[in-house]
Amino acid sequence: MSHKKRIIPHPVLSLLMLITWMVLNSFSPGHFLLGTFLALLIPYLVQDFWPNAVKVHKPLHLIWYIIKVTGDIMVANFVVAKQILGPSDKLNAAFFDIPLEIENDFTISVLAGTISLTPGTVSADLSPDRKRLIVHALNVNDIEAEINLIKQRYEQPLKEIFECYPQ
Amino acid sequence: MPLWVEVTVSVFLLFGAFFALVGSIGLAKLPDFFRRLHGPTKATTLGVGGMILGSMLYFTQMEHQFQFQELLITLFLFITAPASAHIVAKAALHLKVQHKAKHTEQQPEEEQDKEADS
Repeated sequence: MSHKKRIIPHPVLSLLMLITWMVLNSFSPGHFLLGTFLALLIPYLVQDFWPNAVKVHKPLHLIWYIIKVTGDIMVANFVVAKQILGPSDKLNAAFFDIPLEIENDFTISVLAGTISLTPGTVSADLSPDRKRLIVHALNVNDIEAEINLIKQRYEQPLKEIFECYPQ
Repeated sequence: MPLWVEVTVSVFLLFGAFFALVGSIGLAKLPDFFRRLHGPTKATTLGVGGMILGSMLYFTQMEHQFQFQELLITLFLFITAPASAHIVAKAALHLKVQHKAKHTEQQPEEEQDKEADS
């Protein structure tokens, strides 16, 4: 890891900041200039806190992932609504560990966020060696199947999108 | 405002309100701390989502211009809500809050102890 300062350390982050700035204010040339200035200056100033730039290797996969997760959130909402309104002593709550294949902090955060946003599961802790994510589920009957589902449905795509290791 | 827009906006608002209500009921009704955590995840996703869609449609109609600032609320919520839920759950795990869920494999408390020993 070099400590040389880069001019644009996080291009994707800068673009996202510019878009956020424009949406928050207005789509005028003045705000475009100010937004661009801030989107370039702030990542430059804080780049020491973010040593590893986030790289999106497969943008189309990312868009598909967002659509898929949105759909899952909708479905899970109805499922959990039924569970909450039904008798609560039938619920099979459990903690389980998900062994992680992904290593990047950002990717783990996105996976933990996805798990928490999907109703029914909340990510509770990350083991100190960053190898396992501890998850609490509201109602789970087959823990092995649940772990495999999360690994295949969320972890694999995230690994492909954000982490591309040279073979 | 045309009737169909009013009806659609109302449906979205009621839809969002329903899920926010179910989330709150879950928070009040579920038996232990960790299960209660699952209530608010609904309120922040479909609850807020429904209201945001209603709001976007309403202001798009009122100002004759497509409005999507509301999407930023979703963006910020999706970034902050899982982080706060995670911190709350983590704090509860380390404080060993009573719960009825069964544990599988290793528990995080043991690892913390191991780390402290070494």
